[in-house]
Amino acid sequence: MYLQNFLAIGLEIYLVFYLLFALSFGVFYQTEKVNRIIFFTSICALLIGTVILLSSFVPSGNFFSGGFVNDSFSNLIKIIILLITSSTLIVSYRSLISNKIMVFEFPILILCSTLGMLIMVSSNDLLILFVGLELQALPLYVLSAFKRKSLRSSEAGLKFFVLGALSSGLLLYGCSLIYGATGSIKFIEISNALVISNSWVLLLGLGFILSGLAFKLSVVPFHMWVPDVYEGSPTPTTLFLATVPKIAALAMTCRLLTSGFDNFINGWQQILCILALFSILFGSLAAIAQKNLKRLLAYSSISHMGFAMIGLATGTPEGINALVSYMIIYLIMTVGVFCVVLSMENSDHNSLNIQGLLGLSEVKPNLAILITFLLCSMAGLPPFLGFFAKYYVFVAAVEAGLVGVVVLAVIGSVIGSFYYLRLVYFIYFGKSESPPHIKMSNIEYYIFLFASLFVIVGTFGFFGIEEVVSSAAKSLFR
Amino acid sequence: MIFGNEHKSESIQNIKIIALVTTSATFLISLTCLFQFDFDLEGFQFLEDRKWVSTMRYKLGVDGISLPFVMLTTFLMPLVIVASWDIEYRVKDYMVAFLILESLMIGVFCALDIILFYIFFEAGLIPMFIIIGIWGGKDRIYATFKFFLYTLLGSILMLVAIIYLINMVGSSDIEKLFQYIVPSNVVDVFGFSVSGGTQTLLWLAFFASFAVKMPMWPFHTWLPDAHVQAPTGGSMVLAAILLKMGGYGFIRFNLSILPEASIIMQDFILFLSVIAIIYASLVALVQEDMKKLIAYSSVAHMGFVTMGIFSMDHHGIDGAIFQMISHGIISAALFFGVGVMYVRTKTRLISDYGGLVIRMPNFALILMIFTMANIGLPGTSGFVGEFLSLLGAFKTKPWYVAFALIGVILSAAYALPLYKKIMFGDLLKENLKPLSDISFAEKVVFIPLIIATIAFGIFPYFIFEFTDTSVGAILNNMENAVIISQTNIEETILKVFSSREDG
Repeated sequence: MYLQNFLAIGLEIYLVFYLLFALSFGVFYQTEKVNRIIFFTSICALLIGTVILLSSFVPSGNFFSGGFVNDSFSNLIKIIILLITSSTLIVSYRSLISNKIMVFEFPILILCSTLGMLIMVSSNDLLILFVGLELQALPLYVLSAFKRKSLRSSEAGLKFFVLGALSSGLLLYGCSLIYGATGSIKFIEISNALVISNSWVLLLGLGFILSGLAFKLSVVPFHMWVPDVYEGSPTPTTLFLATVPKIAALAMTCRLLTSGFDNFINGWQQILCILALFSILFGSLAAIAQKNLKRLLAYSSISHMGFAMIGLATGTPEGINALVSYMIIYLIMTVGVFCVVLSMENSDHNSLNIQGLLGLSEVKPNLAILITFLLCSMAGLPPFLGFFAKYYVFVAAVEAGLVGVVVLAVIGSVIGSFYYLRLVYFIYFGKSESPPHIKMSNIEYYIFLFASLFVIVGTFGFFGIEEVVSSAAKSLFR
Repeated sequence: MIFGNEHKSESIQNIKIIALVTTSATFLISLTCLFQFDFDLEGFQFLEDRKWVSTMRYKLGVDGISLPFVMLTTFLMPLVIVASWDIEYRVKDYMVAFLILESLMIGVFCALDIILFYIFFEAGLIPMFIIIGIWGGKDRIYATFKFFLYTLLGSILMLVAIIYLINMVGSSDIEKLFQYIVPSNVVDVFGFSVSGGTQTLLWLAFFASFAVKMPMWPFHTWLPDAHVQAPTGGSMVLAAILLKMGGYGFIRFNLSILPEASIIMQDFILFLSVIAIIYASLVALVQEDMKKLIAYSSVAHMGFVTMGIFSMDHHGIDGAIFQMISHGIISAALFFGVGVMYVRTKTRLISDYGGLVIRMPNFALILMIFTMANIGLPGTSGFVGEFLSLLGAFKTKPWYVAFALIGVILSAAYALPLYKKIMFGDLLKENLKPLSDISFAEKVVFIPLIIATIAFGIFPYFIFEFTDTSVGAILNNMENAVIISQTNIEETILKVFSSREDG
């Protein structure tokens, strides 16, 4: 039985061993070469982790007396996390070198955070959830302040840390209230306890937990840190922040709400709907005024999280299915867009102004059309995949009877399409004296190419991901 | 069914020729469809059905209503390509945008899956956005954003309705939607009781989309901006085909799937049509820009179309479809006419012209024909459509027609002075004196359009042959649906009474 338990967390143990080894190796030989070696072995470690998951080496079921769970939902999310993390590392390579932050701590911190996410996704217990969440968050604070000599980066790190600590406090307080009301921290026992009692303490506790999670998910009104942290952090960190932690936090929230609070759906459905609508509308409106690409993407991510949360708010397998599909599509699009952002960045402070895209279509027509695909897809215009992502969410929401929410959300998506189109306008209609200089290495270009072709080719069938996602979503409901 | 191909050739001349050959080949292929079409069949023909993502299917086909529109599209596209022969800036992108646009437009008219329809309907915005934005006039950015966001907001409400409908019916197949009867019990929304219930709400969502596209008064404000700023080819496509998607959608969805709501909203939409006809004609009277004038005249003509469609009469709907086809041809010709003048003088203001007939006699003759067709002179195709739409509406709601007829007079009042100011009078303006008459390429565009205008004016039955069976089917379907739902209501009332008697 013990062996089974340790096999179940085999992936996490493997990563811990790799991290300890790489850390000591890096500290021992502090040379340029070793930094790079650790960078590449980290990517390999992530890919090997994916293979471990795919090879069904890890047993599924409940472990550690129900505190840790492996099912097809957690496996799918873990695979996505590992793959996206490795691709963010790959595209960050050149930027890390040019920013002179190519040190061995960077990949190690990223992997540390990834480890925390893997634990979060499998957690079936409030305590393990909290441990995973903190393990995920602490490296992120360091990563955003990674450019030590830049004032903005330090500011971002500090801001992120203070607000993150506050949100953790809220979350813990909520957990203690829930424990007080139900007498347990295990999701299953909470769920059973909820059948009997239904007190206001519970609602208060859930409210605190959701506020804490909303910080991590960056939804309005807990979004204040997002634009500043996105802008101040080094771009590789921003890319990581914008992608992987989001899906981990969402997946964790899914499990918490659908298996812990499934009998309390009246309590959280409204809260989630309101949070989602605020994020969509506020994110889209605020993005219109942005001049910096990273800030713009920050607001865009806020509104995207709103759309994904509508899927969660339904509380049905279809909704979770829609959410996971949405997140997969969103992650791939975001990585693609960040490839462009990373390649535009240089020592010039203004290099990430949206004006920098002016006249791109005349210099690099192929790149321009591919970026346009990505942007249209992010705006949710058919026939691109971004439309289908939103479509699935809306279908699930209408099935769950949330028609009013859908109507407001589509209006938000029209507002949102404006700022994406403005970027298309810069790319196509503008003329500039100094044409943009976008340099991409081969591997970056291939990842970018994959992302932008994915959004158009994906409409012909979605590569069979659909069945995997829907079976994963069903496993969450057993 | 038919997709424009992309080409990589660098030579500009080649690009144009390839685009022309592609569109002409498409036209020929669609001609073969025309000859194989079975007139007596009610349902859809030339079906192509593939499984697609989840419940959606890639299902295409045509019936008597969509085929004329497909033919209009394929017929006009080669002409649009020829009309854009003098484009020099980024020719490749221009032609690719038009070819993509053509395949999407054909897709809209052929789609038999409602999600597929939506995708084609919406995706067409992107190439048009780029066409106006890159090759447009001075204020193109404002116009193209207005065009895009306006139509997007309209059509995205339709998306909600579509999702709701699919959720209710359990299928996105349009043929299945036809057979489904949407409940029309009275429902309460925010304290208002809506007669027609779900049907009316869905109807309004579809209406929002198609009324913007059509465009109906008061949703028409994007049209003059977009037309004035668009390049000649873009204006032709916009007026001739994109606007027709609205009318097509009204017939296909509002009338066929939501018949009771259509009856409830009939007065509302006829009222809007009458306002559109009179208001747009009056506005057209005072325009100084030729393109704007024609744009407003389009709004007025579309008013006749909505009037015909929602007369819910066989003649009315036939007339509306005919009017759409004929307006497609005439407005394309008029916009091209403006383009011909604009290329020579770089101005579109009416006051900058005068006495052109002396320098351009052939052009004057051609423009005469189309001006007359636009007014609706008997013998041209413009007359038949207007007449039948009004006839259909007269049977059901004569008072609206009485007011709409003012619009017919007004259309002469704005079109004839326009022609007079441009063509007649003395040739006083210096810059007009060296003008040459129309070239061979321009004649190539005009001649098929003239033939079509006059042929349809004299033999209108050619189009009715296609539409008759399908329109009849829609009307039958409507009557059945109304009868069934009325009996349902009666039954429920009876049940309520009987249960009361029991209690």
